[in-house]
Amino acid sequence: MAAATTVPVLGIIDQLPLLVVVVPMIAAPLCVLFGNRTIAWILTFAASLASLLFSLHLLLQVMDGDVVSYWLGGWGPKDGGIAKGIEYRIDAANAFVLVLISLISTIVLPYARRSIEFEITKVSHTLFYCCYLLCFTGLLGVVATGDAFNVFVFLEISSLSTYVLVAMGAERDKRALTAAYDYLILGTIGATFFVIGIGFLYSATGTLNMEELSVRLPELGTNRTVQVGFAFVVVGMGLKAAFYPLHLWLPGAYTFAPSVVTAFLAGTATKAAIYVLLRFLFTVFNPEMVFNTDALSYLLIPLAVLAMFAGSLIAVFQTELKRLLAYSSVAQVGYMALGIGFLSTTGVTATMVHLFNHGITKAALFLVVGAYVLRAGTSFTDRLAGLGRQMPWTSAAFVIGGLSLIGVPGTAGFISKWVLLQAALEKDWWWMGLLIVASSLLAVIYVWRIVEILYLQQPRAGKEIAEAPLSMLVPIWILAIACIWFGFATEMTIGASETAANSLIGGRS
Amino acid sequence: MRHHLILRVVVKLLVAPIALFALYVQFHGDYSPGGGFQAGVILAVAFILYGIVFGLAKVHQVFPPWLVQKMAALGVLLYAGTGVLSLLLGYTYLDYGAFTPGHPEHGQHWGILVVELGVGITVAAVMVAIYYAFAGRTPRINDEDW
Repeated sequence: MAAATTVPVLGIIDQLPLLVVVVPMIAAPLCVLFGNRTIAWILTFAASLASLLFSLHLLLQVMDGDVVSYWLGGWGPKDGGIAKGIEYRIDAANAFVLVLISLISTIVLPYARRSIEFEITKVSHTLFYCCYLLCFTGLLGVVATGDAFNVFVFLEISSLSTYVLVAMGAERDKRALTAAYDYLILGTIGATFFVIGIGFLYSATGTLNMEELSVRLPELGTNRTVQVGFAFVVVGMGLKAAFYPLHLWLPGAYTFAPSVVTAFLAGTATKAAIYVLLRFLFTVFNPEMVFNTDALSYLLIPLAVLAMFAGSLIAVFQTELKRLLAYSSVAQVGYMALGIGFLSTTGVTATMVHLFNHGITKAALFLVVGAYVLRAGTSFTDRLAGLGRQMPWTSAAFVIGGLSLIGVPGTAGFISKWVLLQAALEKDWWWMGLLIVASSLLAVIYVWRIVEILYLQQPRAGKEIAEAPLSMLVPIWILAIACIWFGFATEMTIGASETAANSLIGGRS
Repeated sequence: MRHHLILRVVVKLLVAPIALFALYVQFHGDYSPGGGFQAGVILAVAFILYGIVFGLAKVHQVFPPWLVQKMAALGVLLYAGTGVLSLLLGYTYLDYGAFTPGHPEHGQHWGILVVELGVGITVAAVMVAIYYAFAGRTPRINDEDW
């Protein structure tokens, strides 16, 4: 480091981009050191809440298009030289995703206590919270960082802890182990591809900083090394985001993980990966690069449409509620991919809005499933018959979440599909609009199937099932109300998404 | 391994020097090849070797599994905590220059020493934990049945 210079003293506001990530990271080892379940939960919740407040503050800071930059360890570029260290770079796009991740985590955690008491042995509770925090840290880090290699590091932190979290479902069903192992293998392949891609980019440009990459890559034109790097990065991240042919890990992992974990992952993990993909496709690689445009329009759009239909179709025939919702997630990721494929600001806005709206919707639905697992002991659809009468509040929340999943007007899901339709019509692709509506009709089928089972079938005889406890109902209903709230109050989500889309591609297209 | 007299004696002789060498690698990491990771592995080897020859029960007495877990967490906390300390002093995260404001090189030196110690503790604990996890499984074939 350079000789002693006067370093400006930084206040807490300047440290926010880092604190978002570091607070949960510090809390994770503390959970293990204290080794007490209650303290671990309090620490986890406090860290999650702190991250939420920090990221909300950051979002307000960058809403008008500003960028907050933070160099770790004071290793920033000196005198216009190249970057030596790691930069955390917050703009509207990642602040928005940071808010989503920490929001879902903060809502899910009060629910977690009761749910994991039922699903995981008491001995492992502190370790559960530790892994949860590490996963949370990893996801936040992936989103906050502006350094391509750092993305990989945080990705591994979140993935490795996710494998453990999924495997913790083995208490109830041994198949969780194979699901976790599948995810481990596929996730590792994804991460390896991603880091190979980063390696190619580094060898071509000599930098890992995303901002510098975005300046240097266009200068290289159609360099073969850059193209190979691009391919590896997109496939690697596509695997993490569960883009259609690469989704195979997702149904197993979501089905057998403990309910809280599923709800948390469904709302956050694939979303973070999609954010990274957006960042690479639009910021690091320029959308005007020929291979980028080709990949998006000839590869991403057909696969996205395939995902929308295949995911929904498979979901229709599932007999297990978690698996059904998991396949529905595959379809919903298709909508997000479609928004990316449109290559327009409206398209990316649609992706960002759907990222948020689908995050809260799916988290709500999976939390409901967790409540069913607690009371009915299973999430197989035939065992849920008549639960609409026995657990009226929980089931009502499921209906609201289901409507939002379909995209009925007045729910959050409608808003994102509306923006997506606008993006399609903007391009005069009316047939794409029809496809979006048609695939939504498939969602009607699988949601109605469950609603019919819940409300129109007779409850199983001789089994008294009580309503879910309050500590679970409150988080479920916060998310259910959010599903409706964001169906009407669209300024926040669409406004933030537009700013995000603009900061991703606005300056270029 | 009651009947392997030579092994038992040699291991008894070796464990202490291995641990000592781990400390050497740990604290000379900034002058010579080495550092936290290598030192952690070497330290773990001392315990693992002891465990292999004298049995899991014996090594559990020396380094109980609950302590292994705490140590793994402690090392991470030490690393992250160093960063937080520099943050509290008004510098950016992990800017060790914060510790001796007049002379940042010394601060860097102190910072890296503490961070490497954290790495060493965690790596040693995790290596031992992995050994415990594998050795804790009951073997299909007994040692005497060979």
